[in-house]
Amino acid sequence: MTVGAYGTAFGAAAVANGFSVLQSCLLSLLTFSGASQFAVIGVLGAGGGAISGIATASLLGIRNGLYGVIMAPRLKVKGFKRIVAAQITIDESTAVALGQEIRGEKAMRQGFWLTGFGVFIFWNLFTVAGALGAQAMGDIRVWGLDSAVPAAFLGLVWPRLKTNRDRILAITCVVFALAMTPILPAGLPIIATAFIAVAVGLRA
Amino acid sequence: MNAFWVATIGTSVIAFLLKYTGHNVPERIFSHPKVQAINALIPIALLSALVAVQTFTEKSKLIIDHRLAGLGVAILALLLKAPFPIVVISAAFTSAAIYNWL
Repeated sequence: MTVGAYGTAFGAAAVANGFSVLQSCLLSLLTFSGASQFAVIGVLGAGGGAISGIATASLLGIRNGLYGVIMAPRLKVKGFKRIVAAQITIDESTAVALGQEIRGEKAMRQGFWLTGFGVFIFWNLFTVAGALGAQAMGDIRVWGLDSAVPAAFLGLVWPRLKTNRDRILAITCVVFALAMTPILPAGLPIIATAFIAVAVGLRA
Repeated sequence: MNAFWVATIGTSVIAFLLKYTGHNVPERIFSHPKVQAINALIPIALLSALVAVQTFTEKSKLIIDHRLAGLGVAILALLLKAPFPIVVISAAFTSAAIYNWL
C-alpha cells in the first residue's frame, strides 16, 4: 500500500519534473532506491545539471552500500544471486531482515528476499501508473503535483527525524539550501548540505 | 543524449555499484560509530534541502506561492500521523485548490 503510493508519487513526480515515462520506469527498474530516485528528479526539476543530480542521488545511495555490508554475511550468496541480492538491498528489505534477527538467520534471509522482491514489483508497477497519469494531466500545477513532490520528500524525511540533533540539522539544511539558491548553480545548494551532515556526524 | 538521459543512466549505474560494492567488502570496515552516524544524517540533510528547494524556489529565485500551502497541509497531516498517501494527496489537493481558484 505505502510502496504503491510512493511508486505512484515517484512516477508522477518524475514526469512532472521533465523526465519521460520510459526514463521514469528505467529509474525505478535500475536505480530502485526511492530517495535516490526522488533526488535525481528533484535536482533536474529544479534546473540542476545531470552531474548534480547523479551526485545527490549517489550520496543517498551510499546507505544501500552499508546495508549490503550488513546483509552479505547473512545471505551468503555468490555470482548471479549476489547481483540480484545487491539490486534489492534497500531500506525496506534490510529493515525487515534485521527485524527478524531474533528468529535466526533463515528468517532474516526469508524476510530480505520476500520484502525485496515484493517492493520491487509494486514499486515498478506503480511507477508506470504514476508516470502515465502525470503525462495525461498536462499542466501539473492544476493538479497540485508541484506540491506533491515536496510533500513526498517531507514524507521520506519525517520518520528519520528522531532526535533534536536530527531536527536542527534538517532546519539548518533548509535555511542553507534556500540561502544558497540565488548564489550557487541549481543542484549545488542541495549537494552541499551533505557536507553539513558529515560535519555533524564527525562531531557526534 | 540530453541531461535527463545522462542522469537516468548515471544514477542507475552508480546506485547498483554502491549496492554491489557493499556486498563485497568486509563488515568491520563500516562498523565505526561515526560512519553509522553520518550514514543516518546524510539522508536527513539532502531530503530537507530538497523539500525547501522544491517548495520555495523557481529557477534560482526564491518565491512563495501555492506550494507553501501544500507543504503546510503536508506538515499538518504528518503531525496528525497520517499515512504517506494522505500526506501527498492532501498537499496536492490544497495546492491545486489555491492555484485554480485564487
